[in-house]
Amino acid sequence: MYLQIMEQIRHRVAIGDWKPGQEIPSIRALAVALSISVITVKRAYLELEHEGVISTRQGRGSFISEMVDLGESLRKQELERHLVAAVETAQLMGLSEKDLEARLRNMQQKIKGSKR
Amino acid sequence: MTALAIELRSVCKQFPFFALEDVSLRLEEGQIMGFVGPNGAGKSTTIRILMGLIKPASGEVNVLGLPMPQQQAEAKRQIGFVTDDMALFGNATLAWHIDFVRAIYPDWDGAYAKVLLDRFCLNPLQMIKGLSHGVRIKALLLLVLARRPRLLILDEPTSGLDPVARHEVLAEFMNVLRDDHRSILFSSHNTVDVEQISDCITFIDRGRIIESSDKEKFLEGWRRLKLDLPEGAGLPILKEAIEISTQGKIATVTTNAYTQELEARYTRAGITVHAVQRMTLEELFVANVMHSRTERKS
Repeated sequence: MYLQIMEQIRHRVAIGDWKPGQEIPSIRALAVALSISVITVKRAYLELEHEGVISTRQGRGSFISEMVDLGESLRKQELERHLVAAVETAQLMGLSEKDLEARLRNMQQKIKGSKR
Repeated sequence: MTALAIELRSVCKQFPFFALEDVSLRLEEGQIMGFVGPNGAGKSTTIRILMGLIKPASGEVNVLGLPMPQQQAEAKRQIGFVTDDMALFGNATLAWHIDFVRAIYPDWDGAYAKVLLDRFCLNPLQMIKGLSHGVRIKALLLLVLARRPRLLILDEPTSGLDPVARHEVLAEFMNVLRDDHRSILFSSHNTVDVEQISDCITFIDRGRIIESSDKEKFLEGWRRLKLDLPEGAGLPILKEAIEISTQGKIATVTTNAYTQELEARYTRAGITVHAVQRMTLEELFVANVMHSRTERKS
């Protein structure tokens, strides 16, 4: 469940809802707002701190990191996760690198086509 | 060190057909504990001991720092207690009950009671006997919550509630915890509720505590591994594997002490770890109870 909370917070940062340097809700306040246990939110904050997405100052609350382009780097991370999943699935299916590339191109064409 | 809202130490109590054996529990202030066990596991008995309604044969019970049952009168001023079988007067209205409780507890918060009436969709002028089970539970919770007790002890508070009412009630419990000096212990069969809002979880079965720890640790330790066995190879016997089922060349191993090292040990034995799955509290609860029952038999 803490993974879901981390995902939500990363998403908010990635789309610019929460900006660098902005104060975010305290652990207890977010737990109450989401009806999720304090310990789960605490875990999510700790992991996010570890990743450098947020920083917690003792007695002053938690803030989104001042890192430049945090939203950008989070989006990159997300893309990488999807790519890893795609490569792993391709390996399971026994697809060659060429096949995977071809499929990626096909998908891009398809999506472009459907948006037109 | 944080103060303890509840502390049970080696509590024992025998009944003709049931016994609580060596029950120890700790709940820190500001936390919420889910107390989970199958029917007849001893949840309600433990709760009655906590409330001073049953005197343990041996062991120590402290609630909000007060020894029970000796100082139960003082403790109960600060405890809100709700059980399923608690009776309200059928021929009186909720408003009458509110006046009644307010007359006894000086800390009654009238403004909060009004908010709760609204949030729980309760009509104060309705007779109790006309209320459905779920509405009656919500009325009981209102009578307890509006006293703003430091400790809430709730026996199956969400059983019989519809999904919407359950959502409202859980949100209200979390609202209580906004104040980090207030604590909640609630028993439930509903592992989804427990997984959602508990900070710590205690499993009880057949009168004994099987496991009690913080929820994240709990969920972190339990994993289900899907293994592909190579031709003719056997599964190494590891003490971390507490449940194993094999079907052809596929084995499913349940562990309560997952580490990456465990995965590596299978790999070194020539086994392919096909998937490592997290378990829901429900799956983990069933596996835990089955495991402790086989342990006790042997």
